[in-house]
Amino acid sequence: MTGQALLEVEDLRIDLSVNGRRYPAVQDVSFSIRRGETFGLVGESGCGKSITALALIGLLRNPLSIGGGSIRFDGQELRDLSPDGIRKLRGSRISMIFQEPMTALNPLSPVGRQIAEMFALHKGANWREAERQAVEALARVRVPAPERRVKDYPHQLSGGMRQRVMIAMALACGPDLLLADEPTTALDVTVQAEILDLIRELSAAQGTAVLMISHDLGLIANMCQNVGVMYAGRLVEQRAADNIFLAPRHPYTQGLLAALPLLGARSKFGRKKLKEIEGVVPPVVAFPTGCRFNPRCHAATDLCRAEDPVVTSLPDSGLVRCHYHD
Amino acid sequence: MTDTSSDTILKVENLAVHFPIGRGLLGGLRRFVHAVDGVDLELKRGECLGLVGESGCGKSTLALSILGLQAPTRGRVVIDGHEVGTAGRDRKTRARITQMVFQDPYSSLNPRQTVRKTLETPLRLHGMTAKSEIDGRIGDMLARVGLRPEAAERYPHEFSGGQRQRIGIARALILEPKIVVLDEPVSALDVSIRAQIINLLLELKETLDLSYIMISHDLGVVEHMSDRVAVMYLGRIVESGPWNTIFTQPGHPYTRALIAAIPDPFKRSSGTKITGEIPNPLSPPTGCGFHPRCPEARDICRTPPAPALENRGGEHHVRCRRVDEIAIPDGLATAIG
Amino acid sequence: MKIGANLLIGGLLFAAVVIAGTLAPWLAHTDPVMDADLLYAEEPPGAAFWFGTDAQGRDIYSRVLYGARISLTVGIISQLINTVIGVCLGVSAGYWGGWWDDFVSGLTNMMLAIPSLVFALAIMAILNPGLSSLLIALGLTNWSFTCRLARASTLSLKSQGYVQAAKVLGYSDVRIMLTQLLPNMLGPIIVIGTLGMGGAVLAEAALSFLGLGIRPPFPSWGSMLSDARDQITTAPWISIFPGVAIFVTVLGLNLLGDGLRDILDPQSRSRRA
Repeated sequence: MTGQALLEVEDLRIDLSVNGRRYPAVQDVSFSIRRGETFGLVGESGCGKSITALALIGLLRNPLSIGGGSIRFDGQELRDLSPDGIRKLRGSRISMIFQEPMTALNPLSPVGRQIAEMFALHKGANWREAERQAVEALARVRVPAPERRVKDYPHQLSGGMRQRVMIAMALACGPDLLLADEPTTALDVTVQAEILDLIRELSAAQGTAVLMISHDLGLIANMCQNVGVMYAGRLVEQRAADNIFLAPRHPYTQGLLAALPLLGARSKFGRKKLKEIEGVVPPVVAFPTGCRFNPRCHAATDLCRAEDPVVTSLPDSGLVRCHYHD
Repeated sequence: MTDTSSDTILKVENLAVHFPIGRGLLGGLRRFVHAVDGVDLELKRGECLGLVGESGCGKSTLALSILGLQAPTRGRVVIDGHEVGTAGRDRKTRARITQMVFQDPYSSLNPRQTVRKTLETPLRLHGMTAKSEIDGRIGDMLARVGLRPEAAERYPHEFSGGQRQRIGIARALILEPKIVVLDEPVSALDVSIRAQIINLLLELKETLDLSYIMISHDLGVVEHMSDRVAVMYLGRIVESGPWNTIFTQPGHPYTRALIAAIPDPFKRSSGTKITGEIPNPLSPPTGCGFHPRCPEARDICRTPPAPALENRGGEHHVRCRRVDEIAIPDGLATAIG
Repeated sequence: MKIGANLLIGGLLFAAVVIAGTLAPWLAHTDPVMDADLLYAEEPPGAAFWFGTDAQGRDIYSRVLYGARISLTVGIISQLINTVIGVCLGVSAGYWGGWWDDFVSGLTNMMLAIPSLVFALAIMAILNPGLSSLLIALGLTNWSFTCRLARASTLSLKSQGYVQAAKVLGYSDVRIMLTQLLPNMLGPIIVIGTLGMGGAVLAEAALSFLGLGIRPPFPSWGSMLSDARDQITTAPWISIFPGVAIFVTVLGLNLLGDGLRDILDPQSRSRRA
């Protein structure tokens, strides 16, 4: 699975403007994804994981804007592209699926038509051909009776079916990169399992790189090869999925794992009181000085309160942003 | 069915809730959705009963019936040996026995009321008049849920999600109920906050001698908190039993599928998964309601009537005709881990 | 919070009308009804009579001031009646549903189908003209918008957790409506009420103009306009000043309503952000 990085994000900064002041909602975020790789961004609400994805495809809206850094996609700097250029990439080479497919589908148009439009728009297929491909696309995401389903409107479909349609649309033009922002959070667990399998298979079959965003650590570890943990706009730990779960290094990652009642834990180890992380996630306008996790960190020292830690490489080639990484 | 041992605090007997769909025009056939279709349930004193199942399985409707917010079509709810009437009539009596903690800490607090007002009105409504007594109870309750006394004078928007959920818990406990229905109590909270609320709920259960019915789709939380678990599918309980039986030796294929569907951080391969979605409850499948999605289904599963909930020893009940044939002795425990 | 221009201008205009009405006895130069003097009939505006005089020689400035009292009384009280009716019907219909909801919705649609002024005309034709009849006629005919809004708000609010929680805590239905539902829809209701007040001022003027509202010689702006019909070319000031008064009042109330919507209705606020 080695190869050239398809997406390289370096020192990405996203600014939030509030009353004329700019606050860094995302800062110093660097990661890369190879073809066929699934990279996971995990973090709590407000950590900046979703806006990072939006920034990649030029969908940030006021009061958010890219404040610095570079985003290279297949060797091309996306920040140099015109809005029109990015729009051409979106949907053809980079696509995105969202948590709530209903908001991303046009309620007044049959789903088959919406998928066919993707083929017509990005591949220049004629309409008859595009409609035929729409049926195939639905079949690929295992929608039963696709030739009938294409005529359905979004509201006639269940949540799971809608998410499949979204994925069919996103994958219509064989994108190189798929951004998946909490794609299964609104779904039941059995449906979630199916959708995840689908993404995994399609990624393996077509070599699509996937950026998977979720608050669910179990899901991220299960789906991804590499994982980045975000906290308060920063990547605090970036490791291979197996390592991050077996031996988390950043106190925040450690805290999150200890705070989760993982399935099977009680059967094996008995019921232990969950370890709490004190306090709450700080808002963008009030990020603490020094390490941003220090007010909630059980091991914080004066150094943590005063100085921002730098990224350190670990022996397993993972990265961690903590003064006391060993 | 009639004996009520003293350690049983709540008993649901053959409860059904049917919703009419549309109106029968000109004598046309009026159809019903069987949201809850004959549920028997027992909650013991001091126990946490986990109620799991996918959306539309009827678990929320069942909870509303227990709280008296949804009148049952048939069956009855017995609390502490007394049958409680249909919705609305004895709302105040029920309020002192059953309470609820809601999923969304944002929409579950009235934005125009201070915390004090939220906690004080129910007390006054239930006959407490002395100001010192009310203040004492509010102060005590805020302390129990981990909030400062000053919190009383503030409005909901001044609090974070986790703190709001604490206020929601304080409101549910202010009348000193015996049973609390927890409707997805942590799923709307940030991951780092969930542990705080889970620990708090478990602690309050012990100190205040509460019994919980917890609805959740997060099986990790259910396993952690529950003493017993009931799994619902299409308005019926398909399996119930002690938590460790359910999680290590699940009998029903649906329970197994639910457990297998949880992404395991330590294992990337996928276990037995089921496909398809919950059938339209307007036209449920014949025989076993799960057979269209069941990997173990045979012809016998498709023939009516629906299988009965059978005792498998101890308190373990399974509603499956092939349960003996498909049993995996002690197998899944290792498969999970 | 930044106060919008609408709110500021609307508030100032409306405040001016309220002050004019309340302080009329001190601000007016003459008695609006009794001090008729045919010697000074149809005097143009000048130093003695700021707004001129009418055909009976009454000071129009004084009459316009006193007219504000009638317009405000009618506007405020009739709209209050409308709001109470609309809120009671709308909230109860939305909350209880069933046949009561069907009945209220039907009634509301009926009221919306008939122009409220025609409805008020019919009521006034039955009752004796006068202030109290006017209040009844205008107070019973313009509640449908409030009712629809209250019903729609109730439908969306009643599924909120805190309403459910109130039920679980044993609140009675009426208490839930008063303490949980009403305070959370007050903003838009006030906005509709303010806008409706402008409508009521206009309706009063129209009815009085048609001779079905306040009867001469009492100085309602509408009846003053009606009186001035014959002199509209010879003595235009007789109609201009009451007309301007109506315009200023209604404009003020509409701007005030829009301004209130901007600060009270979170949806329009977030659209701006």
